[in-house]
Amino acid sequence: MSYIPLSLADLAIAGLLVLVNGGLSLALGLGIERRLMIAAIRMVVQLLLVGLVLQALFGAASLAATAATALAMVLFAGREAVARQERRLSGWWSYGLGTASMLLAAGVVTTFALTTQLRPDPWYDPRYAIPLLGMVLGNTMTGISLGLTILTGDVSSGRAGIEARLALGADRYQAMLPLVRKALRGALMPVVNGMAATGLVSLPGMMTGQILGGVAPVEAVKYQIMVMFLIAGGTGLGATAAVLGGVFRLTDHRHRIRLDRLEARRG
Amino acid sequence: MLKIHDLSRAGLAPFRLDVAGGECVVVTGPSGAGKSLLLRAIADLDPSVGQVSLDGIEREAMAAPAWRAQVCYLAAEPGWWADSVAEHFTDWPAAAPLIERLSLPLEIGAKPVAVCSTGERQRLALARALTRQPKVLLLDEPTSALDGGARAAVESLLAECRAAGMALIWVSHDADQARRVATRRIEVADGQVTEMELGG
Repeated sequence: MSYIPLSLADLAIAGLLVLVNGGLSLALGLGIERRLMIAAIRMVVQLLLVGLVLQALFGAASLAATAATALAMVLFAGREAVARQERRLSGWWSYGLGTASMLLAAGVVTTFALTTQLRPDPWYDPRYAIPLLGMVLGNTMTGISLGLTILTGDVSSGRAGIEARLALGADRYQAMLPLVRKALRGALMPVVNGMAATGLVSLPGMMTGQILGGVAPVEAVKYQIMVMFLIAGGTGLGATAAVLGGVFRLTDHRHRIRLDRLEARRG
Repeated sequence: MLKIHDLSRAGLAPFRLDVAGGECVVVTGPSGAGKSLLLRAIADLDPSVGQVSLDGIEREAMAAPAWRAQVCYLAAEPGWWADSVAEHFTDWPAAAPLIERLSLPLEIGAKPVAVCSTGERQRLALARALTRQPKVLLLDEPTSALDGGARAAVESLLAECRAAGMALIWVSHDADQARRVATRRIEVADGQVTEMELGG
C-alpha cells in the first residue's frame, strides 16, 4: 500500500477554497460568510476529534471501548432520525422507536459482516467494526426517518379511509397494510436508486478512499459491493422494524387509530 | 339486542340505552353536541368506559373487528382506501341488487371513487356496510347529501333492513326524516343523552 500523506500546509492550501467562497459571499452579498466559516471550523474540529478517538480506539482494540463507541454512534443517529421527522410519536416512543430499530438493524448487519465475511481478528476489531457501522448507520437512519415520516403523515391524512375499513370489521394490520407498503417503498427507494446509480453517476466515498489509500481498484470495488449490500440489508431491516413499530403504537389492542399518540404538527 | 350501560367517553356523559332488533333510534341535537362521538363510542372506534353488549355478549369479550362487523358505524363522510369503487366491496357483483335499489348505475363500480359525487359516495358507503350484514347499523347522517328521490330509496331500504330484524341508531338533522323513520328518539346536548317522547 502506498499513499501520499498530507501535511498541515497541504490542508491550509485546500482551505483557501473555503476562503474563496467567503469572498464570493461578501462580494455578492450572499450573507452566508459567517455560517460558512463556522461550518468549516466545526468540520475541522469534529473530524480531528474523531481521528483522535479512532486512533486511541484502534490502539486499545478492546471489546468494551468498541461497544461503547458503537452505542454512542447509534444514540446520535437515533436523535438525528427523530429530528428529521415532521410529525413525531409522542413521548419516549419517538426517540425510542427510531433508536431501537437502528440498534437492531445496524447491529445485526454489522455483526453479520464482521463474523461471516470480513472475519477480522478479533471479530470486533474497531478498525473494521466502526467504519462499517458508520456507513450502515448513516443509510439506515435515512430509511427509518423516511419510513416513519411517510407513515405518520399518511395516518393523519388517510384516517377516514383506515377507519372505514376498521368500521367494516378489518383488524388494524389489514387496515394499515397499504400505508405500511407505501412507507416501506419510500424508505427503500434511496437504496434502490443508490445501487442503480453507483459507479455511473457517483463514485462512492469509501471506494475512492481505498483507491487513494493505494488499494487496487478491483479490490476496492469488492469492498464497496459488500458495503452496498450491507446498507440495503440494514435499511430494509431498520425501516421494517420502525414502520411496524409505528403501526403498533398508532393503533391499540381494540384496533383503533390513536392519533393522540402523535405530537401536534410543529409550527 | 344492543345493551348500553353507563357508557361514557371524553365529551360524552354516561348514558344507558337498550335497543331491540327492528328498532330505529333517531339521535337528534345541535351540531357539536356529541352525536358522532356517541356512535363512535358504541362502535369502539374511540376509547370509552362502560358496558356494551350485543345479544348478551360483552363487547370486550370479543375481538374489536368482530364487534365492528356486527355493530357497523357509517361515518358522515365515509372514507375510501382504494382507487375504484368496486375494490371497496368484498364481492361487487353480489352487491348489484343493493346498488340498484339505491338508484346507482352498476357501471359505477369501475369508476374511481374520486370522480363520484358526494351523494353517490354516501349511498355506496351504505351499500358497502349492508353487504357485511351487520346486526346493528350506526348511521351518521346517511342522507345529508341526497336529493328527495335518493333519500326515499335509502329510507325504504333501511326500513326493510329493520323489518328483517336489524337495529338502527340514526343521527339526523332533518326533523321530518326523524318523524318518518324513528321508533324512538334520543337527544344529545352538551354531551348529555336524554330519551325523548316521539314527535316531542
